[in-house]
Amino acid sequence: MADSLHVEVRLRVNGRDTVVRAHPMARLLDVLRQDLHLTGTKEGCGEGECGACSVLLNGELVNSCLLPVLQADAASITTIEGLSQAAGELHAVQQAFLTHGGAQCGICTPGMVLAAVSLLERHPNPTEAEIRSGLAGNLCRCTGYMRIFEAVLQARRRGQALESSA
Amino acid sequence: MRAYLPAYDLRVPETLDEALSLLGSTDPWRPFAGGTDLMVLLDAGKLPEGRYLGLWKLPELRGIEDRADAVVMGALTTYTDVLRHPTLQQDFPLLCRAAEETGGVATQNRGTIGGNIANASPAADTPPALLVYDAELELISSRGRRRVPYDQFHQGYKQMDLAADELIARIIVPKRPHRWTQYYRKVGTRRAQAISKVCLAAALDVDRVAGLVRDVRIALGSVSPTPVRARQAEAALRRSAPDAAGLRNAQQALARDIAPIDDLRSTARYRLHVAQSLLAEGFETLV
Repeated sequence: MADSLHVEVRLRVNGRDTVVRAHPMARLLDVLRQDLHLTGTKEGCGEGECGACSVLLNGELVNSCLLPVLQADAASITTIEGLSQAAGELHAVQQAFLTHGGAQCGICTPGMVLAAVSLLERHPNPTEAEIRSGLAGNLCRCTGYMRIFEAVLQARRRGQALESSA
Repeated sequence: MRAYLPAYDLRVPETLDEALSLLGSTDPWRPFAGGTDLMVLLDAGKLPEGRYLGLWKLPELRGIEDRADAVVMGALTTYTDVLRHPTLQQDFPLLCRAAEETGGVATQNRGTIGGNIANASPAADTPPALLVYDAELELISSRGRRRVPYDQFHQGYKQMDLAADELIARIIVPKRPHRWTQYYRKVGTRRAQAISKVCLAAALDVDRVAGLVRDVRIALGSVSPTPVRARQAEAALRRSAPDAAGLRNAQQALARDIAPIDDLRSTARYRLHVAQSLLAEGFETLV
């Protein structure tokens, strides 16, 4: 690839500031996986249909396959690798997916978890319908949706339990 | 096959003046908004090679202004912005329904109304709603600003009243006193995430005392080279009795308003049938 068109892009990824040199039209997905070696973000369809490449960009869920990296300049990005706050400790949504068998082959799981986190931030107490519409952009090729929905419901209850004990 | 990136360039200017001067240059840059359509083409190796102008950082193209006479949306208004806006929710439900029906949350966070219009897909979900509401577009270039009624903006398949140096700056949706009840339905292969086979938006006002249709607006997507207002169907219903005979006339007129085709998503025959069925469902829901 001709380097002459490459530009410096400043990203804050999982709380850490970094500068990458990349083609401005390179997909954020490829920069995350190939330049930053954060391979937790998966590529499914590459056209915004499946949600496997979901990340949080300034707190909002986006498909990283549809984002030219230059459009993410100066943005704060959270990938699945950045979700747990302490080493060895899972985020409540990750723990709920584990407990409820919300992951099968695993390729949709990082995107599904981030979509669930984004949903719970907007709607801390979602109905099942809200969970379904919040996750509508994320496809599970194993079709394990019921356990995924259960996991999100469980994460919601856990969040409520934490609130009431606070 | 995936695109060869060195054949592309992207610049993301931070001022509108810089953007407009690049658009006006002899070898112009093409506008690039949220990327939810263009990046799909890039990945498929189908995006025309050349230079693209990222609009995302232009504050002048953002924001929703709630005026006394209109809601004015910056072209970069996302579907999520639409869904979170109280006035749009209350007064322009068809636009909110369309935003809800467009992709999943991630697409709604990046996809923009201006991009949906300028991408000029006949299958886009917001144009039928904008047509029902008599939206206007404000276009901007280094030569100045002008306004175009939205129903005159699309001139043919992917052809628009938009010069190479112009950007869609704002979408103006007038607030008018009305007594409409409103209907929106998109039919795709499945409920979630699918691209439309047929989409219909409608508003109806029936004078109950006189037993006549006072006002009606009908617009469709995916059944013509452009999003289309069904003016003949509207004329068939206006000032007629809201009954089965009126509906039949309107369904026949609708067949003259639209020009569906066979393509990868559906057939002309199916689209005509569904368009007429949606008209019936909308009519029965609203009367």
